Amino acid sequence: MMESLEEIKARIQAAAPGVKIDIVANGSPSQQHSLLIDNEHAVGIAKFLRVDPALRLDFCSNATGVDWLDRTVKKTVKVKKLVDGEEKEVNETIEGKIPGYLEAVYHLYSITHKHGPVIIRMRTADRTDGARLPSLTPIWRSAEFQEREIFDLYGVRFDGHPDLRRILMWDEFQDYPMRKDYREPDDYEWEPTPHDEVLEKAKQHYPPRPAEEELKPS
Amino acid sequence: MSEQIDERLRTELQRQGVWVTSMQDLYNWGRKNSIWPLQFGLACCAIEMIATAASRYDIARFGGEIFRPSPRQADLMIVAGTVTKKMAPQIVRLYNQMADPKYVIAMGACAISGGPFKQGYNVLKGIDRYIPVDVYIPGCPPRPEALLHAFMELQSKIDSQKLTGAHKAVHLDPKQPSEFPVPTFGKHDLEPPGNPVVFQPPKIER
Repeated sequence: MMESLEEIKARIQAAAPGVKIDIVANGSPSQQHSLLIDNEHAVGIAKFLRVDPALRLDFCSNATGVDWLDRTVKKTVKVKKLVDGEEKEVNETIEGKIPGYLEAVYHLYSITHKHGPVIIRMRTADRTDGARLPSLTPIWRSAEFQEREIFDLYGVRFDGHPDLRRILMWDEFQDYPMRKDYREPDDYEWEPTPHDEVLEKAKQHYPPRPAEEELKPS
Repeated sequence: MSEQIDERLRTELQRQGVWVTSMQDLYNWGRKNSIWPLQFGLACCAIEMIATAASRYDIARFGGEIFRPSPRQADLMIVAGTVTKKMAPQIVRLYNQMADPKYVIAMGACAISGGPFKQGYNVLKGIDRYIPVDVYIPGCPPRPEALLHAFMELQSKIDSQKLTGAHKAVHLDPKQPSEFPVPTFGKHDLEPPGNPVVFQPPKIER
């Protein structure tokens, strides 16, 4: 039986004080919670997870990306206010903005101990220039192509990756197709049975309706 | 068959042991019974194509069993599977390298129109956007019988091609193109997204 994420977190922080680790709870029935590790110490943490004799997470089965757009979060806060010369507690909604970021998620297993997965995440500073993360390919070789795929489809640059190129799309391609704000090229000029979103796109290619005067019998 | 020879006269002559034919008939008879396909597959349709070539369905019955690994030696391109935008220039280039006369079978939903990936960003919405297609086979993937049917359709097409006259076969007309521009990788899509000489989207009537 593998130790819990809380225990893993405590052991990492005991081994290397000052390392920032958060546990990201997963509310779904799978209950696959994950460790959010800070980018600065990510390679060190990854190495610890790999070589620690109790964990021995020697197999990175999957690495993938997640795109989080800018979000606005509404919070109701009780604020003391002067109402009619009297101090009262009033509910007030505050809109907070959470800037968007990109995530890389790694699923780790141990072949030696036959346990897992331990899921670790890293977050970029933003979705534009700061979309950089340390590469974990030096720790798990199997992450090489998958990090290239994250780079190709999400636009995360991995520092320390031995060969960071596009892997699925061509080199001249400039978009990141898995990002939520990606718009594919408009070639909807011929859709035999369009519906929903596709219908809206196809409608832009429809010939204009004849004016009503033209329809009247003369 | 041929219009140049009277059918009744020919039957009568055959009864007497004289076999009469025309250059066109002989030429097309030879061509249609030894169609050499280009040996390549793109996706799951290729598995059905392999099954068609194997003993159970046996495309050799129609003279099409010699899959050539070089476009220089092939007459028929079976586009068996999904054509991704990254692969499309290579398909067009292979087509250009084939010697005339050459034919194309678009096998399966993906090669015809993009199929289940039609609304995606990385799959070509039909190979007919870049090269002319002779026979389309629907299906996902089509059964080997469907490929054989397409093969027989192609044979009857070859058989009916004229060698001379105003309606002669495309490959005999030097004015008709036998090579088509290879699309290039653009910043957002293939450039151009289609060849208007080959492909015009059907007009939507309202």
